[in-house]
Amino acid sequence: MPENLKTIQVLKSLKTTKIDPNFKFEVAKMPGGESIKYCFQCGKCTATCPIRRFDKEYTPRLIIRATLLGLKDIVLSSDVIWLCATCYSCTERCPQGVKLTNIIRAIRNLAIEKGYIHPFFKLQANAIASYGKIYEDEEFINELRNDLGLPPVTPVKRDEVHTILQHTKVKKLLLTKEKEEN
Amino acid sequence: MKYVYFPGCVTPQKENAYELSMRKVAEKFGIQLLDLEGANCCGFFMEPIDHLSATLLAARNLSLAEEKKCDLLTLCPACFGHLTKVKKELTEDQELRKTVNEVLAEINKKFEGFLEVKHFIKVLLVDVGITKIKRTITKPLTRLKVVPHYGCHILKPSDELKLDNPENPTLLDSLIKATGVTFLDYMEKRLCCGAPIIGVNEKLSLRIMREKLRSVQKVKADAIITVCPFCHLHFDLNQFTVQEEYSEEYNIPILHYTQLLGLAQGLSPEELGLYENRVPTDVILEIL
Repeated sequence: MPENLKTIQVLKSLKTTKIDPNFKFEVAKMPGGESIKYCFQCGKCTATCPIRRFDKEYTPRLIIRATLLGLKDIVLSSDVIWLCATCYSCTERCPQGVKLTNIIRAIRNLAIEKGYIHPFFKLQANAIASYGKIYEDEEFINELRNDLGLPPVTPVKRDEVHTILQHTKVKKLLLTKEKEEN
Repeated sequence: MKYVYFPGCVTPQKENAYELSMRKVAEKFGIQLLDLEGANCCGFFMEPIDHLSATLLAARNLSLAEEKKCDLLTLCPACFGHLTKVKKELTEDQELRKTVNEVLAEINKKFEGFLEVKHFIKVLLVDVGITKIKRTITKPLTRLKVVPHYGCHILKPSDELKLDNPENPTLLDSLIKATGVTFLDYMEKRLCCGAPIIGVNEKLSLRIMREKLRSVQKVKADAIITVCPFCHLHFDLNQFTVQEEYSEEYNIPILHYTQLLGLAQGLSPEELGLYENRVPTDVILEIL
């Protein structure tokens, strides 16, 4: 079971040597991760987060803090990085212009490179890599649409999607081991 | 007015009534829609996995639409947001654009960057305009009391979408008011519906929706009006699970904005796919 990102655990790990001072630069180099270094830990992101409102284990401020501290393994293996609903409330309200939604996305990208992926995200990505969409084109959908008087959905050109995705890491990333579900 | 219609994944699979009602409403304004053959996922769902893949998927769609030489129209705020973002990235980052176009060249496509990405709400608000919308209303829905659910991605990130102020949004309010309904405000107007995390933590996702439903029930609204197929699917399908889980009763009909507008334009429930909705809409028709 991968470790969770809790305050107490972050404090404990500061006494150990699990620190990678380059982690924040790694995140900052990712597309969307650039603004992480502006964070001054005011906590407005946590105060405004709808996920946090209903689940006290989710603390966006702590995700950023732990990243700035270099707690790479803890952050990347944590369950909570998959909980962000990408609602952008934090990004909108951050007084420092830290784009948290994009940063968490960058952290997810790095987590996947390390072999951590939530099964739900893997499922969706696999569907896109195979069918070109999150749902496979199926005949019954066009029958249903026909009954409603809607034109058929033309099938995705899968070969074209496969060709462009061959130039990315996505195939390799999706082969990584699955993160255990809670 | 002519647009190329980008269907995305969720609408044709789960929310055909949204497309149906949009097409009927669009006809009223003389909007012409071209089909986009062979389009793929907008790329939004690939973003958590890999940035380049998410960018390439979006760029292929944009290049397909560009071949039609007119702006792209979508019903999905996530597609709207992602395609808008990628267009901006490819316009500002020449290196990324070069990489993307080298890959697209293999399938004889090219991203040029001249078209605009528009959600149908933006088309109604900007290209059509409230005055013209009001002129098509033949049957003001004065007896109906409704609340808006904006959803997150139609408004945010606001610096990229530039549609409205997410702290105090009014665009959907004004579109709803144009139909003559009694418009209600409620505490949780800005809260997310909870749908995006349904696959990660179902309980939490339903908990968020319940908070929304409770708030809507308090003001005694007859229906919630949505503009996002994913928010609609969540409210309309999973409302039953919330009722079971919490032993509470809501049965609040969820209407696509285009269904509401269509009713006010005198279109029939069948034409608007009202019977496709999962939470029964008979109550609404009785009130009218």
